[in-house]
Amino acid sequence: MAPVILQGVSKVYANGVKAVDCVSLSIADGEFVVLVGPSGCGKSTTLRMIAGLEEISSGSLIVGETRMNDVPARRRNMAMVFQNYALYPHLDVRRNMAFGLERRRSHGSLLKALLNSTYRDKRTAERKAIDARVSAAAATLGIESLLHRKPRELSGGQRQRVAVGRALVRDPVAFLFDEPLSNLDAKLRGEMRTELRLLHQRLRATMVYVTHDQEEAMSLADRLVVMKDGVVQQVGTPTQVYGRPANRFVAGFVGTPTMNFINGTIEAGGVFRWSAGTLQLPQARWVGLSGWQGKPLELGVRPDQIRVGTGSSRGRVIAVENYGDRMDVVIESGGLRLTSRSPTAPLREGTESSFELLLESAHLFDPAAAGNSLPHLSPTSTA
Amino acid sequence: MNARGLARSLAFLPLTIGGAALLFPLWWMVVVSLETPERAGAAITGGTGLTLWPPSPQWHNYPDALREMGGAEPWSGFTNALANSVVVTVLVVIGTILSSSLVGYAFARVRFRGREGLFLIMLGTMMLPGQVTIIPLFLLFRSLGWIDSLLPLAVPAFFGNAFFIFMYRQFIAQLPESLFEAARIDGYGHIGIWLRIILPLCKPVNAICAVFTFVAVWNDFLGPLVYLHSDEQATLAVALNSFRNQYGGLEDVHLLMAASLVTMVPCILLFLAAQRQFVEGLSQGAVKG
Repeated sequence: MAPVILQGVSKVYANGVKAVDCVSLSIADGEFVVLVGPSGCGKSTTLRMIAGLEEISSGSLIVGETRMNDVPARRRNMAMVFQNYALYPHLDVRRNMAFGLERRRSHGSLLKALLNSTYRDKRTAERKAIDARVSAAAATLGIESLLHRKPRELSGGQRQRVAVGRALVRDPVAFLFDEPLSNLDAKLRGEMRTELRLLHQRLRATMVYVTHDQEEAMSLADRLVVMKDGVVQQVGTPTQVYGRPANRFVAGFVGTPTMNFINGTIEAGGVFRWSAGTLQLPQARWVGLSGWQGKPLELGVRPDQIRVGTGSSRGRVIAVENYGDRMDVVIESGGLRLTSRSPTAPLREGTESSFELLLESAHLFDPAAAGNSLPHLSPTSTA
Repeated sequence: MNARGLARSLAFLPLTIGGAALLFPLWWMVVVSLETPERAGAAITGGTGLTLWPPSPQWHNYPDALREMGGAEPWSGFTNALANSVVVTVLVVIGTILSSSLVGYAFARVRFRGREGLFLIMLGTMMLPGQVTIIPLFLLFRSLGWIDSLLPLAVPAFFGNAFFIFMYRQFIAQLPESLFEAARIDGYGHIGIWLRIILPLCKPVNAICAVFTFVAVWNDFLGPLVYLHSDEQATLAVALNSFRNQYGGLEDVHLLMAASLVTMVPCILLFLAAQRQFVEGLSQGAVKG
């Protein structure tokens, strides 16, 4: 295992499209880093550049202490799990898992093996070692009974395990995962998430994982890298990214349901004026914001910070999603739709209801500066 | 029989007639090869009609024909020609599969400057009639000292066949890119990927390539006629021609048919053995999978 360092890495295609723009990232040895973002944000391209499947247009990729830009994929000793698993259809599970190891065994030629008993013995020993590693990986993933099956005879979940097993048998410098769970159903995806997390705890291996599913990213990552349009928006632990988003994009991308955004201005005394009235920001939130008075800002409030059925604000309930243990309620007020996540309450669609915005951990964003977060208002900075 | 069954039977009628028409020459050869010289000769001249099956099949016509097929010693002409045909055919089949799949892989998956242009040029060579290249090739092989050896027949196969390169390229282009990427991650280069991934996955195309090439080479008459001069180097097609010159009279037509049938047997057996793969291969790409 080794650290993986990207220094100003960019990818520009022949047609001039810049898929990845100057990404700098340091992934520590044994760290589980998740690249997350919407489709086309450059996360997969970044992963493929680490794997060696895409050329790096500029910048440096350093693995361990070696610059890897010009090292072909086959010599990088990475293990990768693909979105569609990429199992070799003509090989059974055992041969699929052993495929990479067979390439890496020391090269005693077949002719030498036939003529020379030393080579023969060596090859036999290597074959046994490969079998042992495949069996051990299969036992870890619970796929021992599948070793003699062809990929077409496996379910999606089983194929996914085999794909992970194929990476596991190797001793790579890093594991790379390119949306490996996206083809599974929701239940299986949840189970595999837990298994991947356990696997990382056991191996303490460097893992780089790509997904567009922010929930999956939050649940797996030691650190998240949120990307948009080829640019890294924020790097941090799931708690940091959720609790202190760097900008409006990150705030809106991370968290389910998505954060509510309210356009308005700050007035003297920490009053936030918006289309449906005014809100009083807690003193700790507006101290130091005198320079922003009168300028357009966006207030960000997480759905769990909106209480329905209490408070002085009023709105019309337009949608209720009841999950049994909680409710997502969409309220229309002042021309805005606000989503609240709260414990179940007897609410009906189409009725009027009061609601309250809890602004202790609210966020403020500056639309004029690409939606950057105003640092004074982050909850941790005032905690 | 209901209306649907009747319609089905009627649909089969032209197919049955067509099948019978196609099988007629084969049946005719089989029957003539098993007839007595008199009845076979009469059948050729239209003197007597053939029965569906000879009243007393002359099975010895077969060993008689093969024993007399060229060569100084009995059987030697046939065995030499058979060995030459087998060697040439096997080499050409192997060479065509290996070279065409390798080039097809390069055209489908390896990015290099001028790839599309080269592919078009390669396709253009398919428009060139084989006869056009006979003289330049003959001069080339003569300068190499290969005339009257099997080399001019076998070696060119190791430089690819435009039609099969095209087939391989189309097939390989349909395989998921991630398979090749996974193999690269697993440590394989282009040759390793071609040997360990492409060739096994191209089984249907390999079957088509093998069957087409086998039939073409086994039955090839012009190539061996141009490049091979001695009886020892003759392939079955050339030996059969010599046999026809020697035993082409009406009184020996049963022997000619027996020898002709024997030379056809490998092609028929191969087609039957590879039929499933063959049909699979022909339908590749017909539907989006």
